[in-house]
Order: sequence, then C-alpha cells, then structure tokens
Amino acid sequence: MAGVSLKNVVKSFGAVGVIHNASLAVEDGEFVVFVGPSGCGKSTLLRMIAGLEDVTSGEISIGGTVVNDVEPAERGIAMVFQSYALYPHMTVEQNLSFGLRMTGNPKADTEARVRRAAEILRITELMGRRPRQLSGGQRQRVAIGRAIVREPQVFLFDEPLSNLDAELRVQMRVEISRLHKELGVTMIYVTHDQTEAMTLADKIVVLRAGNIEQIGRPLDLYGDPDSQFVAGFVGSPKMNFMAAEVIGTGGGGITIELPNQGRARLVMPLQGEMPAKGTSVVLGVRPEHFGRAGQGDCDITVTVDVAEHLGSTSFAYANTIEGEELVIERDPALHELGSDALTVSISAARAYVFDAGGKRLR
Amino acid sequence: MKSKSAARLMRSIALHLFLTPLAILWLFPLWMMAVFSTMPDNGIFSPDIVLLPSTQFFDNIANLQRDTDFIRAMMISISVALAYTLLSVALTSMAGWALARYQFFGKGAVLAIILGTITLPYAVVVIPQFIMVARDFKLANTWIALIVPPLFNSLGVLFMRQSFSMMPHELFDAARVEGVKEWRIFLFVALPLARPTIAALSIILFLASWNNYLWPLLINSKPGAMTAPVALGTLIGLTKVSWGGIMAGAVMLTAPMLVVFVLLQRHFIAGIAAGAIK
Repeated sequence: MAGVSLKNVVKSFGAVGVIHNASLAVEDGEFVVFVGPSGCGKSTLLRMIAGLEDVTSGEISIGGTVVNDVEPAERGIAMVFQSYALYPHMTVEQNLSFGLRMTGNPKADTEARVRRAAEILRITELMGRRPRQLSGGQRQRVAIGRAIVREPQVFLFDEPLSNLDAELRVQMRVEISRLHKELGVTMIYVTHDQTEAMTLADKIVVLRAGNIEQIGRPLDLYGDPDSQFVAGFVGSPKMNFMAAEVIGTGGGGITIELPNQGRARLVMPLQGEMPAKGTSVVLGVRPEHFGRAGQGDCDITVTVDVAEHLGSTSFAYANTIEGEELVIERDPALHELGSDALTVSISAARAYVFDAGGKRLR
Repeated sequence: MKSKSAARLMRSIALHLFLTPLAILWLFPLWMMAVFSTMPDNGIFSPDIVLLPSTQFFDNIANLQRDTDFIRAMMISISVALAYTLLSVALTSMAGWALARYQFFGKGAVLAIILGTITLPYAVVVIPQFIMVARDFKLANTWIALIVPPLFNSLGVLFMRQSFSMMPHELFDAARVEGVKEWRIFLFVALPLARPTIAALSIILFLASWNNYLWPLLINSKPGAMTAPVALGTLIGLTKVSWGGIMAGAVMLTAPMLVVFVLLQRHFIAGIAAGAIK
C-alpha cells in the first residue's frame, strides 16, 4: 500500500495550461475523490498519476518514490476507465488475466488472482461471457476486477459510474465503498457528481479550471466552504446565492441588505477583514437552512413557482419580484407550500458571505 | 396502413424495373465469355449469334494448358496473390497503427505523401518502378519483383489507420497500465478488433494482385514463371489468336473471384463503406 503525493504539478498542452501548480497529499489507504465540473482537469490529473500523461513540471510520488519518468505498469497502480475499456473480443476471464498473461506472470498465480477477484466481485458465473453479453453493472464489475488482479498499491477510478443508470449507480457506489473497506488500499476517484464525492470520499479535492479550489472531508466542505464555487458545487440542491450590499460595519460583523429580497437586513458576524460600507457581496443559504418565519435573524417573502413533494421532504422553487430564484427545502408536515406566498427566515449562523470574487468572508 | 404497403410495393417494382436492365447489361459480357469458352474458334466468329453454351469447354481448356501451361500459371497467380495479400496486410496494418496511434515529427507530411500517391496514375509510377527493379536491383523475372514493389498500398494504410483511429484509445491505455508491451497491444488488442477491416482489405488486395496484368507482364515474362493473366495474354499472337482458349482461361480466372465475392460481399462492401464514410 502507498500514499500519493503531488508537488507543484503543472500540465500544459502547448500554450494551454490545464493543471496549474497542484499540490496534494493522499494518505496511505485513503479514499480521495477529485470532483469538479467538466473540463476542470480532474481526469488529466488522474491520468498524470497513472502515467498516461506526461507532467509538464512538478513531481508526482507514489509510495515515497518519484514516478514522473516511471512507466504506468511500474507505478503500482491500476485504473478503471469511464468506458470500462474491456477488450470486446475476449471473455471475462481473458479480460481479467490479459495483463498478467502478457507480462509473463506464472500461470497458477494468474489463475488464483483471477479466481479471487471474481469471488470478491461475485462474477464467477460470468467468466465465459464476452463484454457485449454483460449488463452495464456487470461490465463495471469486470473492469474493477481487472484492476484487482494487479494487486495494486493505488486504485484509480476515472468516472467509473457515469455510464450507469441511477439505480445501478447507487448500487455500484456501495460496492466500491465495500471494496475499499475490504482491500484497504489507497483509492483516487474522479467524478463530476458531487453526491458520489460526498458518499464515497474520506477526502474531497474540488477542482476548478485546473486549480485545486479546496481539499477537505466531505462534511467540512459542506459546512465550511472556502469559496462560493465550492459552496455551490457541494450539496444538492445547491446553495442559494443572493445579491447583498454592506450597509454597515462594526460590532464584530457587518450589516447587509438584500435588495432583491424586499431590502431585508441581516447582521453577519465576521472575524477577519471587514468589507467597506457599500461593497457588493453575496449571501449564501442552503435550501435546508431556511427557517420558519420569525424564527431566524431576518424574514424574506417569496412567491412559490413550483413545489416538489418527495415524501420525506419538499422543495419549493421560488422567486422574488426582482427575479432572484431560490430553492427552499420544507418539512412537509408544516404544510407551508399550499399557497403561492411563502415567508421564511434566514439565520446568520447558517448563512455564508462571499466577496465579489467568490472568496468566503469569515 | 394499406396505402403505405402499396406504396412500398410500387417503389419496389419501380426499382426492379430500373435495376434489372442494368444487371443484364453488366452480366451480358460475362455470359458471353462463358458461352464463347465452350465454342471452337470458328464458332465464335460464325455470323449467327449464339447465346447458349456449346460443348467444347474442355477442348479449349486442353488447348490452353498445352499452349500456356495454364495450371502452373494459375498456381503462380494464387501464390503471388496470397503472399502479396498477407505481406501487404501486415505492412499496411503496422503503418496504419503508427499513423493512428503515435505522435511524431512529420506525421502530417507522411500522411500527405501517402494520400498524394493515391492521386498518381499507375502509368506514371510503372516506368521508374520498372527501371529501379529491373536495372538497379536486377530483380526481373523473380518472385520478389512480382510481390514486393506493389506491397506498400496507400489505400490499405489509410484503411487501417482509419480503423485503428476509430477504436477507443482507453482500450490501449488500459493495456499500457497493465504493462502490456506496445507490439503485444498491436497484435493482441488492435489487430483482432480490426478484423472486419482486415477482411475487406484482404479481399481488395487479393483481387488487385489477381487482376494485375501490366506489372507482371513487364517484370516477369519468362516462360513457365508467368502469372495467369500474362500467360493468357501470350495467346494473342500476331498470326493466330485462340479466342476459345482465351475465353476458357478468362472463365477460369473470373469464376473463383465471383465465388469469393458472392461469399464475402458483406465484408467487401463494409470495407468500401468504411473507407468512404468514416
């Protein structure tokens, strides 16, 4: 087993920078998820760790050894690809054993490893089939099995569940989590789905436009985001953002006014540098953090466009006269979503303020 | 529903009315070749037009064998076509693989040159090729001269390159991560996946070699070492032309190819389509 370390890693394709100075430490046995929108460089970062892309500058180490110039096969990694990358002309058994056979691994050992992987993934009865005769979930299992037989120090997953339907995705998510517990090896997992990231990760790395935006445990990112981007990316439905203006400072905080929410005012306690009066800021409130009218630090009244009742909870898609859209989560037992107008409260303790550049003000 | 199926029937009838005369037009020379191969020379030139076969086929074959050692020529043609197909598929696959998978300096120029050679008429190539092979390498009247010069087939390279380019690169990345060497990836992953293209290309290359007349005529005119089309050509003499023998030989040359085409037309058309639209 081994940890992975990235030091000032840069990747450019010609003049186009894709990864800008990424540094990161993945502990031995940790499950780390790279998450970010399409094109943020998360797959490129993973492929650099795998050795499938060259590093423009910086250093990548696996198990304490710098691997920048080491062939993929000698890095002690195994990779599961988004498209599964199963060899279509080979049976499941041949797919699992191909790499070991081609590298001269002893036959008995190859057979034992293939058998063990098949048992772990419960695909023993599929060994004679070809990939086209398998369902999506079964293909994914075979792809993971092909990684297991290599007995790697680090597993790399490149959006492995994105081709599966929603139900199967949940099932495979649980299986991958179980596999991590069972094998106890380091796993690095790339996804653009924040739910996958939240449910699987010991640690999440949020990427944006080639930069690491924030690294932290899932609940830390959810509860204590460093930026508006992370706050918006982590959590589902996403955090609401409301335009605000600083109308007063002092007393260990700032007073902000929400021009699109009936000029509601809210005092936000801040410890760091205070923005000047008149500065435009953004107030962030998660859908589940709106309270009942009168129970918070300020009330706002919105018009409900659509209400979604999911049974255990309900979501109101609402907006104000000024056109600012909000998603508000309500307890169905409160029966608040029967009329068009809804008044909810905001608590300063459960709200976030960001400056105009998206940086969190604490 | 009814009007829809009626319209489909009408379309089908119209299509058949259009295509049937074209098919007859195409098949008529073939039929006449078969008919003439069963007639004596004087029968072929008789003023009466005969559309049905006669009984002289085996006599014509016997004459052909006596005059040209045609069975031996057929064997040479088959051997040359097989060797050419095998070697050319191997060579064009490797070139196609390199052009599809690797980034190297001058790749664009190499591709442009290969594409450019397709536009050159064979007549432009054949004379310098003959001078090089016959005079410089002194390889006239050898098997090497028959097989090697046309080996590097531009169309084949582009076919194979296209086929490899269409394959998901993740397959090869997966093999690389597993420690499989490049040549093994080519041999055990890429080539088996390119089987349909290889099948189509093999048919095209085999046919090209089988039908090749000009190059074997120029480079290999030694009696007893000629390919079948060249051997057949020797029957056209200055004083006597054995048309019955020529037609019997033409039937012998054409029939196996027609059978191959009928059996493998799916691959053949797939190959043409792959080159055309992908």
